[in-house]
Amino acid sequence: MSDTETADLEIFRNETRAWLEANCPPEMRKPATSDADVFWGGRNAKFSSEPQRIWFERMRDKGWTVPDWPKEYGGGGLSAAEHKVLRAEMARIGARPPLSSFGIWMLGPALLKYGNDAQKKEHLPKIAAGEIRWCQGYSEPNAGSDLASLQTRAESDGDDFIINGQKIWTSYANYADWIFCLVRTDPAAKKHDGISFILFDMTSKGVSTKPILLISGYSPFCETFFDNVRVPKSNVVGTINRGWDVAKYLLQHERAMISGMGERGVGRPLGQIAADSVGTDGQGRLDDAMLRGKIATFDVDEAALAACAERAVDLAKAGQAHPAFSSAMKYYGTELNKRRHEILMSAGGVDALEWESERSRQGARPRAWLRTKANSIEGGTSEVMLGIVAKRILDLPGA
Amino acid sequence: MALVLTEEQSMLRDSARGLISDKAPVSHLRHLRDSKDPTGFSKELWHSFAEMGFAGLLVPEEFGGSGLGHVEAGVVMEEIGRTLMPSPFLATSVVAASALNRGGNSAQRSEYLPKIASGSLLATLAIDEAAKHRPLHSSLQAVRAGNGFKLSGAKALVIDGHVADLLIVAARTAGSAGEREGLTLFLVNAAAKGVAIERTIMVDAHNAARIEFANVEVNADSVLGEVDQAAGLLDGVLDIGRGAVAAEMVGLSEEVFGRTVEYLKSRKQFGKLIGEFQALQHRAAELYVDIEITRAAVMKALQALDADVAKAASSVAVAKARAGTTATRAVQEGVQMHGGMGMTDQFDIGFFMKRARVCEELFGDANYHTEQLARARRY
Repeated sequence: MSDTETADLEIFRNETRAWLEANCPPEMRKPATSDADVFWGGRNAKFSSEPQRIWFERMRDKGWTVPDWPKEYGGGGLSAAEHKVLRAEMARIGARPPLSSFGIWMLGPALLKYGNDAQKKEHLPKIAAGEIRWCQGYSEPNAGSDLASLQTRAESDGDDFIINGQKIWTSYANYADWIFCLVRTDPAAKKHDGISFILFDMTSKGVSTKPILLISGYSPFCETFFDNVRVPKSNVVGTINRGWDVAKYLLQHERAMISGMGERGVGRPLGQIAADSVGTDGQGRLDDAMLRGKIATFDVDEAALAACAERAVDLAKAGQAHPAFSSAMKYYGTELNKRRHEILMSAGGVDALEWESERSRQGARPRAWLRTKANSIEGGTSEVMLGIVAKRILDLPGA
Repeated sequence: MALVLTEEQSMLRDSARGLISDKAPVSHLRHLRDSKDPTGFSKELWHSFAEMGFAGLLVPEEFGGSGLGHVEAGVVMEEIGRTLMPSPFLATSVVAASALNRGGNSAQRSEYLPKIASGSLLATLAIDEAAKHRPLHSSLQAVRAGNGFKLSGAKALVIDGHVADLLIVAARTAGSAGEREGLTLFLVNAAAKGVAIERTIMVDAHNAARIEFANVEVNADSVLGEVDQAAGLLDGVLDIGRGAVAAEMVGLSEEVFGRTVEYLKSRKQFGKLIGEFQALQHRAAELYVDIEITRAAVMKALQALDADVAKAASSVAVAKARAGTTATRAVQEGVQMHGGMGMTDQFDIGFFMKRARVCEELFGDANYHTEQLARARRY
């Protein structure tokens, strides 16, 4: 980086710091503690508080819901280096993301790479502005880890496809406005070769959803049914029957997103949270030597993973990243998040067992613990991730 | 600062790798071990290191060094880790040079740093006394005598102790073992009267010594830094050493892993390559992930040291803890996956296991550094 670039970046850092200081409401500078704290956007979106609305609108107006997207699509047009500075400055004050969105994390990157001009102009600005909330139609009852064996059919009818079939584990399908969906457009082709990636409105005739009650007592996932849903062929992203390329590219982004889940490095140290319930000894150490050791080991691994996540971004920027590296990050990040919640349950002891009470915020801790068990399943299981690393990165035979 | 090597750092890596892989593959260490070489390293290679500017890598240019940083020192250490090359680089060029540069007055810096950079002076830090690394537990006594001090006590695991010209000795001038106050660093000529050096042949066939000090007289000019106030200086110097050893362990881990993956792709049993078995594939993949994460943590720590040594402690603790755990896992999987071959002395993999064990103990093991992180986070 030249001296001028370094100097410009410092100016950007100072301006960003000052802007965040002036514009991020104090309420938005601490981690979300419930689902209502997270703003997902969409046609039926409601703000849970005034600070949430202000923060979202200010960031949206800067293009900073999607800081590195081009300005013409509602993004901030930031360079990779500026984006890194913005992230660091947001982390510095603990600023929450103003908008959570599968459109931002998953569909957007795929559209930027594979979408045509009309699709980009139609969809990206609405994602950036939080106007449309998206869901992902990938898994089916008989196509989980073996995703490419999916059976939802899209049959040609003039300029349209007629879609029939069922998806499962569709996150927040009951709240979503649109779906990006994998459908089989050529049943005769080999399984990876007859798939297309298609977009449609969830209010289309023939679409229905049914929430699935999980062990956490919540229903973040749905079954989604398609009964003769008519979708224009122009809604296919990329080439018809080449949807698997788009699907895989999107999965890399999904895995990067999931690997970053969890409250990494923000808020109080885990050991201090544990001390609230376990207590401390005369020297201020957690009064459970084994638990303390587990937490400290966790902290080491968490800090190391944070460095690796930072490095993954830098490698991508430098054009040195392995395309399958997100599978490695997804594997480790999700297993680590499960470890975190096992520690929290152990530290909480009997207090962490309460399921329904104001005192326990309706069992927030045990429900979150149970929710994390899905982390190493959704978006590709840990075993599938290790298989991908073995095959694509290590080039092991027959993997 | 991006967590990738710059172009200049990549070039440094390439030149270090070129020299080390050419002149000092693992067979070099094997030869030094089997011939019971009295110096335990190649003076000729050290001369080459000096010529390439590595011996004075951390020494400021005004003292004849290269004036580079800890990331660059890590780059060289990583290459050393790949072939297990025995070299004074760690003790002299990283630890002792940092102690002298950071703690020395202008006379001390002018006297010693140019000699380190030219490769003519070997130096080392004598710190540990007991089985485990506990820097504040130094109890070697230094009592005032006339215009100077008299040193009495013993040090263990002094790296390159039997070949070093200059010993940097941590001694207690006040207080008692465990206290931060009262530690002082002394520059002691290895040939001084009362210094008894016993070379210790270690499991990894690298150089180390036990050194006894019996009323060793040093003058007041031999104090490095402030009397009684060495703890702060030591924190920084040890963290620099920890970062370097962690980098060596990354190189070592990656080399063992690379050799092991190659073996999985060539060894056949039950009529197929053993790398086709999912049981081994997943273990190899897990180890890959571990190494990548550790590499990032170590790079983060080295950059933190370059930014501000005094603020790097937590990053260094994370890096050294991770490096220890990862290297331990890498060498164990390496031997296990090589099967019976991995158990033979003829095969190189055992050398890596032995060196990893020593690196793990150097400047604090994973347990030590995990404990440091817990204390820093106050739980």
